[in-house]
Amino acid sequence: MNNATTIPIEATAETPWTLPYRGTVGMACLIIAEAAIFIIFVVAYIFYIGKSLSGPTPAQVLELPIFGTICLLSSSFTVHYAVAALRKNNLRGTTLGLASTVLLGTIFLITTAREWYHLIHDEGLTIQTNLFGTTYYSLVGLHATHVVVGLIMLSLVLFFSLTGRLKEEHEKKLDVLSLYWHFVDAVWVIVFLVVYVLGR
Amino acid sequence: MTTTSVMEAIDETPTAERGRPPLNVIYEWLTTVDHKKIGLMYIMYALVFLLIGGVEAMLMRIQLAVPNNHFVSPQVFNQLFTMHGTTMVFFVGMPILFGFGNYLVPLMIGARDMAFPRLNAFSFWISAFAGVLLYYSYIGASGLYAAGSAPDVGWFAYAPLTAKVFSPGHSTDYWTLAVFLSGVGSIGTALNIVTTTLCMRCKGMKLSRMPLLVWLYLVMSSMVFVAVSPLTAAQIMLTLDRYIGSHFFDTQAGGSAVLWMHFFWIFGHPEVYILVLPAFAFVNEIIPVFSRKAIFGYPAMVAATVGIGFISMSVWAHHMFTVGLGAAGNTFFVFATMVISVPTGIKIFNWLATIWGGKIIFATPMIFCIAFLFQFLIAGLTGIMLAAAPFTWQLGNSYFVVAHFHYVLVGAIVVALFGAFYYWYPKVTGRMMDERLGKWHFWLFIIGFHLTFDFMHVPGLLGMPRRIYTYEAGRGWGTLNLIVGIGAIFQAAGVLCFVYNLVWAYYKGKEAGHDPWDAWTLEWSTQSPPPAYNFAIEPTVNSRRPLWDLKHPEDTDSEYER
Repeated sequence: MNNATTIPIEATAETPWTLPYRGTVGMACLIIAEAAIFIIFVVAYIFYIGKSLSGPTPAQVLELPIFGTICLLSSSFTVHYAVAALRKNNLRGTTLGLASTVLLGTIFLITTAREWYHLIHDEGLTIQTNLFGTTYYSLVGLHATHVVVGLIMLSLVLFFSLTGRLKEEHEKKLDVLSLYWHFVDAVWVIVFLVVYVLGR
Repeated sequence: MTTTSVMEAIDETPTAERGRPPLNVIYEWLTTVDHKKIGLMYIMYALVFLLIGGVEAMLMRIQLAVPNNHFVSPQVFNQLFTMHGTTMVFFVGMPILFGFGNYLVPLMIGARDMAFPRLNAFSFWISAFAGVLLYYSYIGASGLYAAGSAPDVGWFAYAPLTAKVFSPGHSTDYWTLAVFLSGVGSIGTALNIVTTTLCMRCKGMKLSRMPLLVWLYLVMSSMVFVAVSPLTAAQIMLTLDRYIGSHFFDTQAGGSAVLWMHFFWIFGHPEVYILVLPAFAFVNEIIPVFSRKAIFGYPAMVAATVGIGFISMSVWAHHMFTVGLGAAGNTFFVFATMVISVPTGIKIFNWLATIWGGKIIFATPMIFCIAFLFQFLIAGLTGIMLAAAPFTWQLGNSYFVVAHFHYVLVGAIVVALFGAFYYWYPKVTGRMMDERLGKWHFWLFIIGFHLTFDFMHVPGLLGMPRRIYTYEAGRGWGTLNLIVGIGAIFQAAGVLCFVYNLVWAYYKGKEAGHDPWDAWTLEWSTQSPPPAYNFAIEPTVNSRRPLWDLKHPEDTDSEYER
């Protein structure tokens, strides 16, 4: 048999052919996978509520991190503003939105760090102390890791934005990054409810 | 419909590239982001591990062939079954199936590459690194304490055996890290396959026109997100337990060993379906071509696949009937497990209906698919037996269970894979594999398979537990185990025929041409092997069988599918 090939093509194209943007679909897949990881940690947390053999208990040491939560949740709005501004080619607005997102995210991280410092030094609660410590530090730590990763990526975009390399055509890519950031915020809502409301 | 023929003028690369220095070739393969090359590397890497895992199985069969044997020590035997299981699932099954997916999905949907080529390369190399890491434990597992030890905690690594006190040294850490990294690679590739399928289809390739193989890979990859991620999470917890003293699975501090079982099997059972769906996918493509009929019940096949995907997420605790879940839990998981046989049954009937009344061609790919049908049916039937909780109370952890899941993994998945090799080898290399050697491979392997795994059910029924390194004479297990071992020799001989055939055909096989099987999906419309860009022009399709339409303009599928 010879190797002559024929590739089918249609003479008259049908209805216009549009497919979803691959960045968005890829990020959606990543979010599903990450959500599954978080679910396992949340399940472990809920499963071990009240099962610690020794203290301290959540009710004794945990306080509602209202300020950090407000900061993190408002950063969702600022990153959304950054994307919307870039879509309208408002580059100054984008820079402003990105800068405030990075700032708010960093403030959140600092509140978490202060909380951990307090728990470790004043209350003597470490990951080895009891099941509460084990599940608390791993769940909150996993979330904080995601915040750090998000902040690194956002800072990179902020750097590009400040040096004038971020253009309107990058709008879809920034949108994909903002999806990740919204996900990190949504996870915090769950973590907040489970750790500070349900678990206390 | 119009056609453009021949674009060979564009593709001068293969002839021009002959006689390049080997270093250039190696450099090209190491740095490639081409989905075909990455797919082939996945497959080659999996074949190497298949041989390693096969040797481990042979060593275990030699040890068990006669009672009171001292061929290997109990410690080595523990390492053998751990490494065999881990290797076969994570470093043979996953990579070989992702390899085929990588190679075939873009070709079948008329795309030039995957959606994220560099992520694709990353996923491959991280999985490859994980496999090397696992085997490095043989020489590197904690120099002083456990030099030359391999993981020995079993492939599902139940707590608290994996705790630092019971598994000192680093062998278990090598296992954890290897499985973790392989999971990262799997999630990356799965993400890539889903995105490619949704975003890279050529004009006219609606979801309802995609080849079933692509559909099944789409479902399988989506399952990876929700099945492999829990295992990744559980490995993080285990590492925290072992390294910084957390208490997730530490029963002394109130932790739960059963929680690990849940987390592992939430991964473990969907994983079986993740492995078997690609096997279904191959059969979906091969059976119609060699029956000369379109697949029977395309929408039902898609629905059944999606159904399997969903139901398989809710059956994991049937691995834990002997733990004592309570009546309500047991009933739910018995029911869920039995329900999954409905969509699976739909598939078997659809394959039979496709063959029914067709002009069947008994080429090597087809005979492997027919063997698949019978063996998968039997594997499913013992599966329904084990789905009944009281049956598992009697036979849980016995050789009956081992025989059952090997019937699925070898009798269905490996056999379908062999069929896929014979079917797509001409596309990949441009040469046909030898039919006569193929028949030798088939018969040796099938005879060996049935000797091994049919007879393996019986010692299980007679009470032989799995994972014992030897047994007394006079329990009635001796002869049966000897037969099982002899079957393994036949299988090994069959695999040798196969490997010889692969190598021989690469140099001496008959020229295949671009479409040796007179098939209907897009990959057969380009050259064999396909050029780096796959298609010189973007194809457009009007039906599920674009090449049928092309070859039979008077009777096109698009007429019926409107």
